[in-house]
Amino acid sequence: MNWKTFFAMLARDAHVARRNAIQLLMQTFLQPLLFVFIFGRVMVGSGYMPAAYKSLLLPGIIAISMVFTGIWAVAMPLIAEFQWTREIEDRLLAPIDVAWIAIEKVIAGMLQAVVAGLVVIPLAWLVLRPGVEISIGTPFTFALIIVLVAAFSACGGLALGCSINQQHIGLMFSMVMTPMIFFGCTYYPWSALKTFPVLQKIVLINPLVYASEGLRATLVPQFSHLSMTAVLIALFFFDTLLLILGLRQFEKKSVS
Amino acid sequence: MAVGIRTQDLRKVYSSAPPLGAGGGFIARADAKGGKQAKSEVPALNGLSLEVFPGEIFGLLGPNGAGKSTTVGVLTTRVRPTSGRAWIGEHDVWQEQALVKRLIGVVPQRPNLDFSLTAREILVFHAAYFGIGSKERNERADQLLEKFKLTERAQQMVRGFSGGMMQRLSIARAMMHDPQVLFLDEPSAGLDPQTRILLWQIIREYHQAGRTVLLTTHNMEEADALCARLAIVDHGHVIAVGTPGALKATIPGGFVLRLRFGNQTPELLERFQSLAGVREVRSADDMGVDIYADRGGSLIPEIASLAASSGAELSDVHILEPSLENLFLHHTGRSLRD
Repeated sequence: MNWKTFFAMLARDAHVARRNAIQLLMQTFLQPLLFVFIFGRVMVGSGYMPAAYKSLLLPGIIAISMVFTGIWAVAMPLIAEFQWTREIEDRLLAPIDVAWIAIEKVIAGMLQAVVAGLVVIPLAWLVLRPGVEISIGTPFTFALIIVLVAAFSACGGLALGCSINQQHIGLMFSMVMTPMIFFGCTYYPWSALKTFPVLQKIVLINPLVYASEGLRATLVPQFSHLSMTAVLIALFFFDTLLLILGLRQFEKKSVS
Repeated sequence: MAVGIRTQDLRKVYSSAPPLGAGGGFIARADAKGGKQAKSEVPALNGLSLEVFPGEIFGLLGPNGAGKSTTVGVLTTRVRPTSGRAWIGEHDVWQEQALVKRLIGVVPQRPNLDFSLTAREILVFHAAYFGIGSKERNERADQLLEKFKLTERAQQMVRGFSGGMMQRLSIARAMMHDPQVLFLDEPSAGLDPQTRILLWQIIREYHQAGRTVLLTTHNMEEADALCARLAIVDHGHVIAVGTPGALKATIPGGFVLRLRFGNQTPELLERFQSLAGVREVRSADDMGVDIYADRGGSLIPEIASLAASSGAELSDVHILEPSLENLFLHHTGRSLRD
């Protein structure tokens, strides 16, 4: 394993992310913050939503921000670089096994997802306060969930980025991202689906459900949520699955 | 110590879309990726074996689609061969990829520069991927920018660069880690004559430092000017190898007269054969004759009178001076530009 190459590629991605920081921030935070403002502030303030909704909403918003950032950060450059600009060839020719190039992309995406998650907490808190009751009761579990969610988003980005054609990017957002977010228990807890028993079972194939529910379990345990064990097992399972899938697709793409 | 290149019976059959690493046109690529059309098998390499000696400039010469870029792709870990083996020095390309990648520098046919970086950053990060220390990589980047006349644009993003500038930067990047073997796929395509001469000079200098260079081209002049040895490639295999001089000597005569007739007869071909200086007469298409001869223009009056006396109507005459182009024609029956 050639760590110098690995870290040089990570440094490149960090450099590019820093250069595009403003754009990245707008892209990542504008939509969730508007959502937080409308639902957490306007709807609650006007009495259409109960005050407790503020606290319920926050973990879902963190999950969306993280997952969206990770997928975007990994998938979009891969789609462009493999299919259009071929920029990635520069790194494919670096003296390192190609699988490590994919892993580097995943790590870079995870870091961005973690930053997104950690930045959206205080921002959303600022918009929502007063009346948000979040507590990080078990920091270790919280950190573990954050890492697993970040890994899910970045591995998902790898798998999508190496499977989707340039001309299907729009379709990826409307057919994959949108249903995933709306059926991801982000704006409501999983238990709220109990009046739709079939749907409640079906959404369990959506990894975002475990991200939202896991964050809910560690940040606002006062609300009902899926069991932590189930969340950890499911997230671990999806991380592994998407990583394997993503690596396979990456290797297929990188060598003709 | 210089490093050679060897391939043994390489075959590559593409089963679907044109390859990323083999330089297919990118518009066609985007279309071909639709996945709707039936998969067709396209053989790109068909038993290609060659040996490039350590420290020589070697040229792969052939028309578009001959398999040159696929050969480079296989040798640079970008195209996995269907069968056959390839070595850089003693290292099997497909078993010791990371090690092989250290030894090679690649200039692709189409620029693949990192659009998120400035020209200078492209060079510096490239060197960092190869584990070169900070001080050294910055110095080398400045040297190469100077050499390729890019210093003024060093701090700019490359998106707005002209084709020629991108090509120069691609070559500079390939040289950043001082590879033992440099691959250049159609290096002078799209370059203006001045830049081409700069490029040739740089390739020669690089070669004089004891490095091996493999370039693909369909430009005769380039092959002639640069290469110590050449392989002529067509339909995925090598049809002739040698020094440009030795290869040219294999053409009967050296001159080629391409004649086209309104009508022609077999007797006419035989009568051409008997003219002084004519080495070989080949019928090409229905209405054409290629005459390989020691002399060019001075044969025309005799040919014209022979044709007139046998009732054939000469409609077109083209005289080719001794060149690698003729060599290609001789081996394949086709012109390089066809």
